[in-house]
Amino acid sequence: MSAVIDHDHAHGHHDHHGGYGGIMRWITTTNHKDIGTLYLWFSFLMFGVGGIMAVVIRAELFSPGLQFVNPDFFNQLTTMHGLIMIFGAIMPAFVGFANWQIPMMIGAPDMAFARLNNWSFWLLPFAATLLALSFLMPGGAPGVGWTMYAPLTVQMGMGMDFTIFAVHLLGMSSILGAINIITTILNLRAPGMTLLRMPLFVWTWLITAYLLLAVMPVLAGAVTMTLTDRHFGTTFFNAAGGGDPVLYQHIFWFFGHPEVYVVALPAFGVISQVIPAFSRKPLFGYASMVYATSAIAILSFIVWAHHMYTTGIPVSGQLFFMYATILIAVPTGVKVFNWVATMWKGSLSFETPMLFALGFLFMFTLGGFTGLVLALVPVDIQLQDTYYVVAHFHYVMVAGALFAAFAGIYFWLPKWTGKMYDETLGKIHFWLTLVFLNMIFFVQHFLGLAGMPRRIPDYPLMFETWNKISSLGAFGMGLAQLLFLYIVVKCIRSGAPAPQKPWEGADSLEWTHLPTPVPYHSFETPPVLH
Amino acid sequence: MPISSATARFPRAPSIAACAGVFLGLTFSGLALALEWNLQPAASRLAAEIQDLHEYVMILCAAIFVGVFGFMFWSVYAHRKSKGHQAEEFHEHTTVEMLWTAIPALILVLIAWPATRLVVAQKDTTAADLTVKVTGIQWKWAYDYLKGEGEGISLISTLSTPREQIEGRAPKGEHYLLEVDNELVVPVNKKIRMITTAADVVHSWWVPAFGAKQDAIPGFLRDTWFRAEKTGVFRGQCAELCGKEHGFMPIVVRVVSQEDYSKWVGERKKALLAQADDPSRKWSLEELKARGEKVYAANCIACHQASGQGSPAVKAPALAGNKFVTAEPGPIDTVLNGRPNTAMQAFGRQLSDTEIAAVITYVRNSWGNKASDVQPAEVKARRK
Repeated sequence: MSAVIDHDHAHGHHDHHGGYGGIMRWITTTNHKDIGTLYLWFSFLMFGVGGIMAVVIRAELFSPGLQFVNPDFFNQLTTMHGLIMIFGAIMPAFVGFANWQIPMMIGAPDMAFARLNNWSFWLLPFAATLLALSFLMPGGAPGVGWTMYAPLTVQMGMGMDFTIFAVHLLGMSSILGAINIITTILNLRAPGMTLLRMPLFVWTWLITAYLLLAVMPVLAGAVTMTLTDRHFGTTFFNAAGGGDPVLYQHIFWFFGHPEVYVVALPAFGVISQVIPAFSRKPLFGYASMVYATSAIAILSFIVWAHHMYTTGIPVSGQLFFMYATILIAVPTGVKVFNWVATMWKGSLSFETPMLFALGFLFMFTLGGFTGLVLALVPVDIQLQDTYYVVAHFHYVMVAGALFAAFAGIYFWLPKWTGKMYDETLGKIHFWLTLVFLNMIFFVQHFLGLAGMPRRIPDYPLMFETWNKISSLGAFGMGLAQLLFLYIVVKCIRSGAPAPQKPWEGADSLEWTHLPTPVPYHSFETPPVLH
Repeated sequence: MPISSATARFPRAPSIAACAGVFLGLTFSGLALALEWNLQPAASRLAAEIQDLHEYVMILCAAIFVGVFGFMFWSVYAHRKSKGHQAEEFHEHTTVEMLWTAIPALILVLIAWPATRLVVAQKDTTAADLTVKVTGIQWKWAYDYLKGEGEGISLISTLSTPREQIEGRAPKGEHYLLEVDNELVVPVNKKIRMITTAADVVHSWWVPAFGAKQDAIPGFLRDTWFRAEKTGVFRGQCAELCGKEHGFMPIVVRVVSQEDYSKWVGERKKALLAQADDPSRKWSLEELKARGEKVYAANCIACHQASGQGSPAVKAPALAGNKFVTAEPGPIDTVLNGRPNTAMQAFGRQLSDTEIAAVITYVRNSWGNKASDVQPAEVKARRK
């Protein structure tokens, strides 16, 4: 251990940033830490863009009637909000964590393919530009929902093609990133870092990367078929030429369901680092966590049609997908029980990362329960395509993935920047986010039960009160995230210096073997592990 | 009474109590009137059973939730560092881990069993008393009574909420966005099989009170069923994003007694005969324009706009000042056959020759357009 630190001290000049300064440093960088930073800032920018869209959507839904946007633009907003938040904000955020953390956690000097890593990131701004440009095309951005169901996609203007190419670029970026992550984890571990000694965050990313490799090409296929249906006379999704609109849904959801776990598994990984650190106690059931994560990943491939109960799949199909889906509750339950057992008889403290982890645990489980409700075919027939579904997946995506991302940021920010964030402000950010999040999404369960369909710009009068509460929550949520930006900027510019290990119970290599802030190049020679 | 006794003891109480009373009264009357907490009241046995299943699962979930998080918050309370709790080092326990894998699996069986029974019942569309085909069209529903009493009746059901209400230029009515010009009428206590399909994109036919939702897929037939157990009007909305006006194509079903249903069928058939227009009759331009305005409002206004200016966003061209519209013989083929890959559908299947002639005459003679009238016979001649 000391050998590594001495090495870094002795070669301080290694801390330069390649051959360039200024903007060229970021464009040409092959350093995993720089690229992780780029991913995280890009993701925050997209979070802002998608968030503004959400606020406009909620402003329109504040009252019945059409106020601010017309129905067509409303559909464009819901479509782009979904695509940007999933592909632009949440996924890049966790790839950012992977870039920063995986090499440091396994004792590697960098990612396996450093130049490829640079390209994986720099595909993203181009994809985002294509998405943004689609708004300027004749007919605007596609108003088809992020699921892009055929044959509505065939009716759209040129913005649809821009979106399709954007999805291709995003997919390419994810596939390249996944290859890099798998290669890094399998080949660059320090001697002694056996697979079953890896921190759980690394494990969840290994499994996620395999999921990405398996499903991103499927999505690329689905949107390419849409493209040829639109322009080249194919009829994959058109019954008049022997195709089937439902085929699109099968292909999309074969991607779409594992995609949920692409977002959720790295979140599980972050939580599995944070909870033991603040419980000052090792993670309970490490091996069963690994097995449960794998089980969830494998099951995620055989449950896709639970998004399609109302399309008219046969009764045997409905039963199969219902049983397979509720089975996922078992490994997910194991994970929740393990986290709770980790806290049991620990020595708990409640800094901001832990607060977000507890918020995650509580509300992600709530999202899991509504998932169980939706898995039941007869109940889903009532709730499919209503606000209940909107509430459910936002509990998974926002209370789940976003909370885990916040937990991770607060957890590792001192290590990355060498400075402490403002603990009081962090706690205020947590409580504001928690309250507003539930204000937005909890009431949407009632809206869905009472029969409000999703993706409508206007609604019958009986839904007004809950919609008002939900909209007010959304405005508050938006403002609360400005506080987050302030906290991060304040930490970087004027935070108090952080010690090497600010969290007493943290035990992975970046805390135990590397100084704070971490040097630009770390583990140039592998650490010695016992 | 309680307020006056409070007044005796606390001199300032009346105003506070009154304020609180008014506030609470408003809040709770608002709650009672405006808030929906649960699934809509069931009007069929299937919907009632879905509610029961939902409640059963919710109770199970709530119990587990309270159990697990009670445990967690106890931990948070009892094992915190600020209280001086020392961490123990244990990190696995095989028996416990086996148990919390096996017990949830057993609970799932308890959930899956009643759900399975209901799935099978829901899918059984055999032995229907009345079969109705419903076609989702951007953005309305077409109903064709295929088999059973009323066979041969067809109706097209379009939102009847005026656009002034939607755009905030008029107060909103009680059934805002949940009202149509022609309701689907069915007899009570009869098994109704709904065959769904669509003319353009995927729609979804849904009436919450019946627990019936089925996607309507272009080029394919699917089916679902319901048996309404009480008379009344039941409302739902399209449940699959189908383009710009997705939020504006409600489903309204009027359930009536067998007697009233027979009466309705009789009236409907008589009215159909009476309304059937003789396509060889010659109409005057004014007659056609008046009729055409109504057809336009029901079918064209969502995209081409009341002003005839169109919506570029959905590729709907402006009709005002449009040379193609005013040229001879007028856009008869376009209206009859539609434009592929746009929301401009083949209206030949929905509208009569007279209606098409009327609407074309209307657009050829509105917003400054000036052209000859189109007679029903011309439309008939161009039908393939």
